[in-house]
Amino acid sequence: MAVVLVLVLIVVGSVLFHFLSPWWWTPIASNWDYIDHTIIISFWITGIVFAAVVLFMAYCVFRFRHREGNRATYEPENKRLESWLMIVTAFGVTALLVPGLFVWSRFVTVPSDATEIEVVAQQWQWSFRLPGKDGKLGTSDTRDVTADNPLGVAPKDPNGQDDVLVEAADLHLPVGKPVKVLLRSIDVLHDFYIPEFRAKMDMIPGSVTYFWFTPIRTGTFQVLCAELCGQGHPLMHGVVVVDTEQDYLAWLGQQQTFAQLSAPPQSGSANQPPGKIIASSLGVAANSKLSRSAQ
Amino acid sequence: MVDVTPADAIPPAEVGEVELYHPHSWWTKYVFSQDAKVIAVQYSATATAIGLVALVLSWLMRLQLGFPGTFDFITPEAYYQFITMHGMIMVIYLLTALFLGGFGNYLIPLMVGARDMVFPYVNMLSYWVYLLAVLVLVSSFFAPGGPTGAGWTLYPPQAIMSGTPGGQDWGIILMLSSLILFIVGFTMGGLNYVVTVLQGRTRGMTLMRLPLTVWGIFTATVMALLAFPALFVACVMMLLDRVLGTSFFMPAIVEMGAQLQHNGGSPILFQHLFWFFGHPEVYIVALPAFGIVSDLISTHARKNIFGYRMMVWAILAIGALSFVVWAHHMYVSGMNPYFGFFFATTTLIIAVPTAIKVYNWVLTLWRGDIHLTLPMLFALAFIVTFVNGGLTGLFLGNVVVDVPLSDTMFVVAHFHMVMGVAPILVIFGAIYHWYPKVTGRMLDETLGKFHFWVTFVGAYLIFFPMHYLGLMGVPRRYAELTDMTIMTESARHLNSFISIMAFTVGFAQMVFLFNLIWSIRHGRGAGGNPWRATTLEWQTPQTPPAHGNFGKELPIVYRWAYDYSVPGAKEDFIPQNVPGDFAPSREPA
Amino acid sequence: MSVILVFLLVIAGFAGWWLSHQRLTAKPWLEQGLAGDFVGFDRSALPTAKIGLGVFLAVVGCLFSLFTSAYFMRMGLPDWQPLPLPRLLWLNTGVLVLSSVALQCAVVAARKGQIDNVRLGLATAGFTTLAFLVGQLMAWRQLTGDGYLLASNPANSFFYLITGMHGLHIFGGLVGLGRTSIGAWNGARPERLRLSVELCAMYWHFLLFVWLCIFALLAGWAATFIDICQRLLT
Repeated sequence: MAVVLVLVLIVVGSVLFHFLSPWWWTPIASNWDYIDHTIIISFWITGIVFAAVVLFMAYCVFRFRHREGNRATYEPENKRLESWLMIVTAFGVTALLVPGLFVWSRFVTVPSDATEIEVVAQQWQWSFRLPGKDGKLGTSDTRDVTADNPLGVAPKDPNGQDDVLVEAADLHLPVGKPVKVLLRSIDVLHDFYIPEFRAKMDMIPGSVTYFWFTPIRTGTFQVLCAELCGQGHPLMHGVVVVDTEQDYLAWLGQQQTFAQLSAPPQSGSANQPPGKIIASSLGVAANSKLSRSAQ
Repeated sequence: MVDVTPADAIPPAEVGEVELYHPHSWWTKYVFSQDAKVIAVQYSATATAIGLVALVLSWLMRLQLGFPGTFDFITPEAYYQFITMHGMIMVIYLLTALFLGGFGNYLIPLMVGARDMVFPYVNMLSYWVYLLAVLVLVSSFFAPGGPTGAGWTLYPPQAIMSGTPGGQDWGIILMLSSLILFIVGFTMGGLNYVVTVLQGRTRGMTLMRLPLTVWGIFTATVMALLAFPALFVACVMMLLDRVLGTSFFMPAIVEMGAQLQHNGGSPILFQHLFWFFGHPEVYIVALPAFGIVSDLISTHARKNIFGYRMMVWAILAIGALSFVVWAHHMYVSGMNPYFGFFFATTTLIIAVPTAIKVYNWVLTLWRGDIHLTLPMLFALAFIVTFVNGGLTGLFLGNVVVDVPLSDTMFVVAHFHMVMGVAPILVIFGAIYHWYPKVTGRMLDETLGKFHFWVTFVGAYLIFFPMHYLGLMGVPRRYAELTDMTIMTESARHLNSFISIMAFTVGFAQMVFLFNLIWSIRHGRGAGGNPWRATTLEWQTPQTPPAHGNFGKELPIVYRWAYDYSVPGAKEDFIPQNVPGDFAPSREPA
Repeated sequence: MSVILVFLLVIAGFAGWWLSHQRLTAKPWLEQGLAGDFVGFDRSALPTAKIGLGVFLAVVGCLFSLFTSAYFMRMGLPDWQPLPLPRLLWLNTGVLVLSSVALQCAVVAARKGQIDNVRLGLATAGFTTLAFLVGQLMAWRQLTGDGYLLASNPANSFFYLITGMHGLHIFGGLVGLGRTSIGAWNGARPERLRLSVELCAMYWHFLLFVWLCIFALLAGWAATFIDICQRLLT
């Protein structure tokens, strides 16, 4: 009989855990609350099914457990019952799928006013590229990557000259403006993931992937890599700051363009942002951690 | 209603006898044996041994996750080696080998009424190639640079680059070689399982009289034969990339500031090939479990399986559908996003036949005569964990819900629940059920109860809360969860709790192993048919069954496998080889 | 992945056809005894070994379909430069056809019980097959000599990989052919010999078929053919 009790406890415990535990998603910071709604729908439908099946099972075990003289009923099948169950299941599955597909079509359709920005990943750090005044990103190629051009921006492309490069530093974004994030990697698979934005996508060396979102509140958010990319994977953090329009423009003004960075070094250049390590492909944090663990 | 007369008992002389190989020495009887039953035990023992290695690896990584920074020897490198080997061993070398090589070899010939597999020599070869694959895998622990740390998915480019442990050492080469060997060995065994079901069935054993166990293993084997070549192709191509510098999967890459020689390859191509194998693999593990659990429930609830035909059709439907859903593992891989519509739809359609199976298991309990034996307890636990894991699969299969959840602990919790815990609970139930047939003795009940409760409740407590870590956004495959803003103090405590539960559950398996070994000698004698079951393996003249399984004459099958509690019959079960009709009216009331 | 899906569709067709003869809609609980109406559904009349080989060939077919799928996917990427196929391959194809024909003759002879002709057929098949393998190696040497190295272009990599895999399968077949020949010379039982000759022939015909497909693929006709089909469809 203990098993009946445990089955009931599992259902009650799971439901209570769901509602009472402190572990829940982070407060959303993008327009993808649609995804959260879909998850809530999924929780309701699947939760009801789970509770119903397990409780029914507990009842069966309680009611039909073996006692002397008991004999099971002979019942090979029951077409009507099976058809009904199939119809109800199909209905439930449709209720899960249809909202999901609607949101997905929204997810893959980038609005025309979205600004393109580029995230470039490498083992184990994040860099970013924003279009310059022309509003266009220049082309790029992994083959163009050198110590002086760590993102592989095509040196000849006029569109690329005014691109703003943010190498191994924080990215700032204006609040309320949709962005199309182009994702590129120069070595292995990575995945640009900010839990608060919900959206994520792998980056594949040799091709450009994308997703889009609109930041809806200001704040500082941590970027995590969500695709195993070697031993530095857990340390591949980055920062995205969502600013008001004003703060964003102020930050943008301090950044350097591709042309400025690839120009021969001038003595006394004062506005070099601190903490930039271009020659080394290792992030600073990752570097120190790894040397610790190698001991 | 078929007309039944006593003349149905056709003399067995019409049954074609197969030529049996007769062993002449101890070596050919127990080591290089061609007897499927011995090969089954060899497969099971090897799989269990390598599975124990994987269990210890899981403890090591839970040490790191639950108590970060406490154990200095678990570097990120070591951690990735642990997770890779844990995953690969559990999925392929334990679950696939145990269900198909172990249970398949033991049960198929006995259940279909054959003397042995149809190609016994090839069957023996299959085991030895499997053993070689396991040895190659184990050798990578001792190779310079250690085993590969690329994750069990072995995604290129990182799998063969120096930023990954074993990527530029021997680790990945040995892993790929071992997989290739495994596939070669499995193909030999798989041919046997399929052809034995096709051609080895005894007289009267029509397809619709097969126990669901055989249906499950048969369908899973057919799927495995068609799916493993995809892994084979992927492994061979990656091996060439790694050893001979080709560019199948390797695009232009800058590694640590230096341009690599590769050019133009497609990492996505590997993912397609891998998951073309990888998704059917889930069902290769699940379908035998579905089959076995159906038989366990039916036998121990003393009731026919509810909706046998629907169960068979569902197995076939799941088997076929599972070949067109592979890309649901790749929603955020950067493939063409419009594929998402198609694969989400096929994935959710597959939920319907799966749900039917669950309903039918539960409806078999309804108005049954439920004996709460250990196999039945494990079967009930299977249903709970399988339903739980299957339902979270609906989250991950629904393309847009997968976006925030993929690559988080939610995925880890989901697949452990659905293809880790659930099938392994079935394996335990099946061992408690068939151990008396294999050894002639029962497993100890008290130890068994302890094992059951700790394993079931413990595993649920490990993996149910883990979903919520994933919901928070905690990514999987992180050797350290430090410096992470979403990781709250309470989540850290939850991680420690999960680790402690993992050690507890692991400990319970030691008790189980002790029980297995102890009961060979000291267990209670079982007799030929302790569960009063109908299927042919319980009707053998000797227990354990002798070489050739069925004495002088093969049994003749007169009925389906589920004649439990037939109205009008004296006993509450009628074995498949008993002629005659006991029921005046068998239409359901 | 369309090639492999088409292949699986064919397999599914076979499986469906077979299953449709197995009375999957029967209600097994209503049928006891060995009543005549379902005795015939027990097993196939074909020899078990042939069914076994058939299943194995399905696996081999699956393997090569996957290689073909990978070939087409990789082919679409920009760095693909098809390599000129050596003329020698035509000769090799002829030789392989010859060995298939020889085995077919051996089958006919075995059915008639003409042991000398069986031996002749087996020997011819063995030699022509060896000649095919040597010819393939010479084609490889010729290509490497001309600078088409394994790793220099994906088209080259695929060429060596697929022809190599096919060669390995032929080589494995030679083991079976060798065993059959030993039986043919040492006086194996006629029905046994007939079966193993038939198995060899089946395997050779299948690998010949695979080779023709591969040849069409590597020569680029397969791609052209698919292109034409696609244009017709749209």
